[in-house]
Amino acid sequence: MTRKQRRLYFVLLGLATLGVAVALVLTAISDSLVYFYSPTDIVTQRLPEGRRMRVGGLVEAESLKKDGKTVTFKVTDVTNAIPVSYTGMLPDLFREGQGVVVEGRMEKDGVFQASEVLAKHDENYMPKEVADALKKSGQWNDGKQTHPSQPQ
Amino acid sequence: MHRFANPARFLRLAKVILPYSSGIAVVSLGLGLWFALLGSPADYQQGETVRIMYVHVPAAWMGLFCYVAMAVFSAMALIWKHPLADLLAKATAPVGAAFTFLCLVTGSLWGKPMWGTWWVWDARLTSMLILLFLYLGYMALVNAFDDPERGHKAAAILALVGVVNVPIIKWSVDWWNTLHQPASVVKMGGPAIDASMMVPLLLMALGFKAYWVTVLILRGRAEIAAQKIRVIRMAQIHAASRGE
Repeated sequence: MTRKQRRLYFVLLGLATLGVAVALVLTAISDSLVYFYSPTDIVTQRLPEGRRMRVGGLVEAESLKKDGKTVTFKVTDVTNAIPVSYTGMLPDLFREGQGVVVEGRMEKDGVFQASEVLAKHDENYMPKEVADALKKSGQWNDGKQTHPSQPQ
Repeated sequence: MHRFANPARFLRLAKVILPYSSGIAVVSLGLGLWFALLGSPADYQQGETVRIMYVHVPAAWMGLFCYVAMAVFSAMALIWKHPLADLLAKATAPVGAAFTFLCLVTGSLWGKPMWGTWWVWDARLTSMLILLFLYLGYMALVNAFDDPERGHKAAAILALVGVVNVPIIKWSVDWWNTLHQPASVVKMGGPAIDASMMVPLLLMALGFKAYWVTVLILRGRAEIAAQKIRVIRMAQIHAASRGE
């Protein structure tokens, strides 16, 4: 084996080892790498009350109610939904059917008290005319099933 | 590949490529910016804000592309000891750092109106910030030694170690829940961007690539010249010390 070959194998082996090590670490700490939980996570994992966390999903259709400065709505991942209450400014993209991430605490009454609401948008980009045409022809999917905001 | 490791051959090739690369950069960035700012429609959901994408996304691609290029040059330098590979890796670093910075800044400006926040610590944003730190670390390390050879070697190892971050950035949006939306262009099932918006995006990406080639040639030339000067100086010092 020439010196060059030895160095080549050394670099390749080094990269492979590093890759495996990083993959293992990332898999192990995967839970803390997620930016938000889905409503199903909250319901099934029984995350502790009062802990600060983020919940992500879609704003359930016809769940949005405004009462002065306070809004209440439900965040859903189609399987489960969590009622949320929030007082403050909403981002421009916020509306029913839109992806959101809310940060706050789960209260004892089962309502998620949000202190921050962030809008999530999907990966589709198109002019308004195209969107209207899609809606007209019935091919519109409301951005829901192409990518739910949480893992399936 | 070894044929191009010769600095003299690089200089000859560079002379041929330079007018084309700089021409392509100017034309496609000019056209791309026109399409991006005026000649393309507003998004159905994001309105005019979507125009930030035409800088943000190609800048992010360049951040990743330059890092991979830097890692490949570094590997060539470590394994085959190509005299030119170190210089090209060093020449790529500031370009990649600048595009990564541009990506982070435009992303932040885009995030405020759309998401409602300048910054979040989600997997995509955080891994991109780490990329910027890798570039800065590389540039600091490569210049930290009196002997440029040692600096090149240490920095090349850093560049290779940091390359694990590249796939993490690319797939962070698929592996974990993030506020950042998933990929729109390079994804299974084809792009999710309307053709009218794809044109400025690809023009800008081409312009940025051509810009990188141009800067690589200019900086590569300067690095070669600097190395020549170093060699001449050393020879002079030797001659002087022998003359005493």
